[in-house]
Amino acid sequence: MDPEKVIVCRCEDVTLADIRRAIYELGYTTYDEVKRYTRAGMGPCGGKTCRPIILKELARYWKTTPDKVPMRATMIRPPMKNITFATAVEVESDE
Amino acid sequence: MSKTYDYIVVGAGISGAVVAYELAKRNAGSILILDKDFPTAGATGSCAAGIRAQFGTEFNVNLMKISLEKFEHLHEELDYPKDLIGLHQGGYLVLAYSEEEMENLKRNVEVQHKIGINTEILTPEEVHYRWPMLRLDGVVGATYHARDGHADPFYTTFAYIEAAKRLGAELRKHTPVLKLLTEGEKVVGVETPDGPIYGGNVIVAAGTWSTKLLKDIGVDIPLWAEKHEILITEPLARFLDPMVISFSKDFYAQQRPHGGFIMGISPDNPEQWFDPNDYNIQSSWHFLKKMASTILDVMPFLKDVHIVRQWAGFYDMTTDHHHIVGPIDAYDGLWILAGGSGHGFMFGPSIGMILAEWIVGEELAYDITKLNWKRFKEGKLVIEPAVVG
Repeated sequence: MDPEKVIVCRCEDVTLADIRRAIYELGYTTYDEVKRYTRAGMGPCGGKTCRPIILKELARYWKTTPDKVPMRATMIRPPMKNITFATAVEVESDE
Repeated sequence: MSKTYDYIVVGAGISGAVVAYELAKRNAGSILILDKDFPTAGATGSCAAGIRAQFGTEFNVNLMKISLEKFEHLHEELDYPKDLIGLHQGGYLVLAYSEEEMENLKRNVEVQHKIGINTEILTPEEVHYRWPMLRLDGVVGATYHARDGHADPFYTTFAYIEAAKRLGAELRKHTPVLKLLTEGEKVVGVETPDGPIYGGNVIVAAGTWSTKLLKDIGVDIPLWAEKHEILITEPLARFLDPMVISFSKDFYAQQRPHGGFIMGISPDNPEQWFDPNDYNIQSSWHFLKKMASTILDVMPFLKDVHIVRQWAGFYDMTTDHHHIVGPIDAYDGLWILAGGSGHGFMFGPSIGMILAEWIVGEELAYDITKLNWKRFKEGKLVIEPAVVG
């Protein structure tokens, strides 16, 4: 399949070719950098769809497995599910 | 034997990126940029992207005037796509919630006018006419400067780094500086996990991490990390041009080019740290709740809009909320550019350029020498009235 036509991040309209260009041509070789350069993972789904695909691409670059690809823990950001401002005002915690 | 550089820049946020580029542009010598993570991994990459000349002192207005001019031509100077740098000059709308606050804003505007920053003073009716979507309960007036706005902190920093690289600078990512290396009263390089790297000049542009690096060689600067939080919404069709801010309510909110609303509000009791080992960069529900309830008063149209992401970052705060810039003259060849106190991104292009001028011995585009590291001990603080947080 033509990587130019494979959509990796639907929220931000990023293709597989965009991801590979970022990694191989521009040297953005960690998940955090790819996210910053392509915006993949910054949309409403919070990277749920594209993150595994990007980590797989980066694993190929690093010659490792996706779980070993450099990624900061805080890259996965709340809220886990989109919430409205109306809901956020009501947030309570028993912590 | 590793190569010796003329300049080692520690930190690849906006500050380090600008200094490196401006030095390279001046043919200052060989340059190495180091970052413990990657460009924009720190404060620059978590910031709110705002750029404003609406400050209250001649000093800051002058510096931001230079920054604005730089931003307006950055895509040409750095040969980087204009749409990526993403400068959007939709203005800053500063809301006043009391007569006293309005008087202060008017005083700031007088300063701005003297310097050629043409800020307008608006009545609530005029604000309503231009931006009918805003709820103005309690607003007694506002100021608006059309050339203020925002740019993309990632791409702006990448653009500076790429331009510096084209001019011969080198970038080493994932290379933390463990210690600054000194011999007698001279800095001679940096220690990294891969061994020492030697350089005639070391420029510490490591944001909140600068404090510990300097402390370890006996230099104390009053610079600390203060946690601030931020959120962004799902994208909506663009309909709100200006960054809307309030100094008294401590919030800012703007619509990004891709349509999402980005916003922040200062915490009631900000968490502060001097030692990087103590940093906590987790997001909090307290922020979410405070932000949501404050912003709905001003932007009720957001009620059913979805928040898609929140994150935290560090302001690199100093005692007087201004950068620390210039030579750390305890050691020959040691320089600092840090402490933007929440304004590092917007001041980066001007202050970084002026530091490069200082380093190579050129005449300074604007005299920033009062931001030297000794001012705290000498009690010569630089005070700015117009800040959020």
